[in-house]
Amino acid sequence: MADEPKESQPPSVPMGEKPASKPSPVSTPAAKPADPGTQATPAKPPAPPKPPVGLQTPLNNEMVARYRAKFGTAIVDAIEDRKQAILVVESGRLAEIALYTRDEEKFEMLSDLTALDWPKREKRFDVALNLYSFAKNERLRLKAQAAEGEEVPSVVGVWVAANWLEREAFDMFGIIFSGHPDLKRILLPDEWQGYPLRKDYDILQQDTAWVRENLGIESGQ
Amino acid sequence: MGPQHPSTHGVLRVKLKLDGERVIGSECVIGYLHRGVEKIAENRTYQQFAPYVDRMDYVAAVSNGLGYCEAIEKLLVVEAPPRARVIRTILTELQRIASHLLWLGTHALDIGALTPLFYCFREREEILKILEKYCGARLTTHAFRIGGLQYEAYDTFEKDVERFCKDFESRIVEYETLLTNNRIWIGRTKGVGILTAEDAIAYGVTGPVLRASGVKWDIRKAMPYAAYDQYKFEIPVGTTGDTYDRYLVRMEEMRQSRLICLQAIENIPPGPIMAKVGKVLKPPPGEVYHAIEAPKGELGYYVVSDGTVQPYRVRIRPPSFINLQAFDRMVRGHLVADVVAIIGTIDIVLGEVDR
Repeated sequence: MADEPKESQPPSVPMGEKPASKPSPVSTPAAKPADPGTQATPAKPPAPPKPPVGLQTPLNNEMVARYRAKFGTAIVDAIEDRKQAILVVESGRLAEIALYTRDEEKFEMLSDLTALDWPKREKRFDVALNLYSFAKNERLRLKAQAAEGEEVPSVVGVWVAANWLEREAFDMFGIIFSGHPDLKRILLPDEWQGYPLRKDYDILQQDTAWVRENLGIESGQ
Repeated sequence: MGPQHPSTHGVLRVKLKLDGERVIGSECVIGYLHRGVEKIAENRTYQQFAPYVDRMDYVAAVSNGLGYCEAIEKLLVVEAPPRARVIRTILTELQRIASHLLWLGTHALDIGALTPLFYCFREREEILKILEKYCGARLTTHAFRIGGLQYEAYDTFEKDVERFCKDFESRIVEYETLLTNNRIWIGRTKGVGILTAEDAIAYGVTGPVLRASGVKWDIRKAMPYAAYDQYKFEIPVGTTGDTYDRYLVRMEEMRQSRLICLQAIENIPPGPIMAKVGKVLKPPPGEVYHAIEAPKGELGYYVVSDGTVQPYRVRIRPPSFINLQAFDRMVRGHLVADVVAIIGTIDIVLGEVDR
């Protein structure tokens, strides 16, 4: 199910590969198993444990040491990916860690808050916060894992900007943010069924009932 | 108000709570232009998705393309060659001027000054002509490619840019003659929609709106990308954070963009315009957040790769969406007529708000 939207894609892989005939010894064999593989084995396993390729390294600096000293096991992981710092934290303590991050570590601005979906993982969602510090001219990414139906503490009390961003994450992924002042859909109509950015949401079988009633057509596709 | 109100620059619906003529509360209803761009991205290859980003902020497509291409380059760990970076910078700065001109024209029109619109569109036309000569398109340009550029600068590119920049200096003076000391303009914009620096940061507001509140922050200086580290320019800031300050900041930004263009055409380095990237892009697994200073503010791309030809997730951090959130803070206590001025001064594009 999770890979269904991808099925429309594999034809374009060999198409894109045709002009690249020179490096074909490497690329064509790679593309061939992808073609029949769409039916039987998933061509694109959304397996969350990614193989490190030297771009991701564990992050051990003073800031991480301060976090570890303050929050202990709530700091699940600290990595650096392409020179960008990422802190993986326990979702239950997200709001508390966020407050510390703003006041003590001086990450005053929430640039972005969004989510990711890894359906095969035990806790399928990642809530990702991209932060910026004016004082240090640095960015930091906070990530928290959440299972389906698990409530994530809202950070609206820390950064007002999170209000609409959390509404969007709710709209697109169905993640519940506890303590949000007005958690409702923002981009989609209020009565829309399903959460489009989940990997198991099929774009060909979207909310047809809503489309039929409001647009007067059989399908939006 | 809306969604088909002419001053909303698209389809924005605002629910206003009034006490007589005074606004005591507001709620923005958005999503009318939602096309699911982030979902589309997951079903396209990296290159196939590039033209889609032009349809978000459709009055500054070049900037959107720059942010996307640079984000994917970071993900691939490649760098565009110096020549490509300089040409990118020139086109992006021209696009910034074009975007600000469109803002100035329509913002003045909303407030009742009809003339600036015609002046602004006259100059914007010249920029669109340069873009058209460069890549064949005027609005949704898809000017850049992942890894560099597809097209070499055309023969008279430098001359065209130089001529535009030379003319433009006196043209800004024309706009300012019409507006800067105009008593009606001052009356309609001074003290309207004040946003303090603390509020602006708390709301995540970026771009000219943040700078008008007195925060001297511009990603082109703070975290330089493209070729911005090579050029000298100032970051204009305001003091009170009202609509008039935002007007002054954007006017000065156009001047600075003009200076960047003039410095850049002086010396466009020779060399290739495309880095070595394969025909099939398979970025190593991992994730990257890359932000640029788009005309409206911080335009960020958060791209996650799982090592296949399609992005696992592309999150777009739209400046308009986040700046619009501060609208409620700015509009409270003002008259209904000021709502129009405040929507105009945030400079939103609904294609980007709704994606």
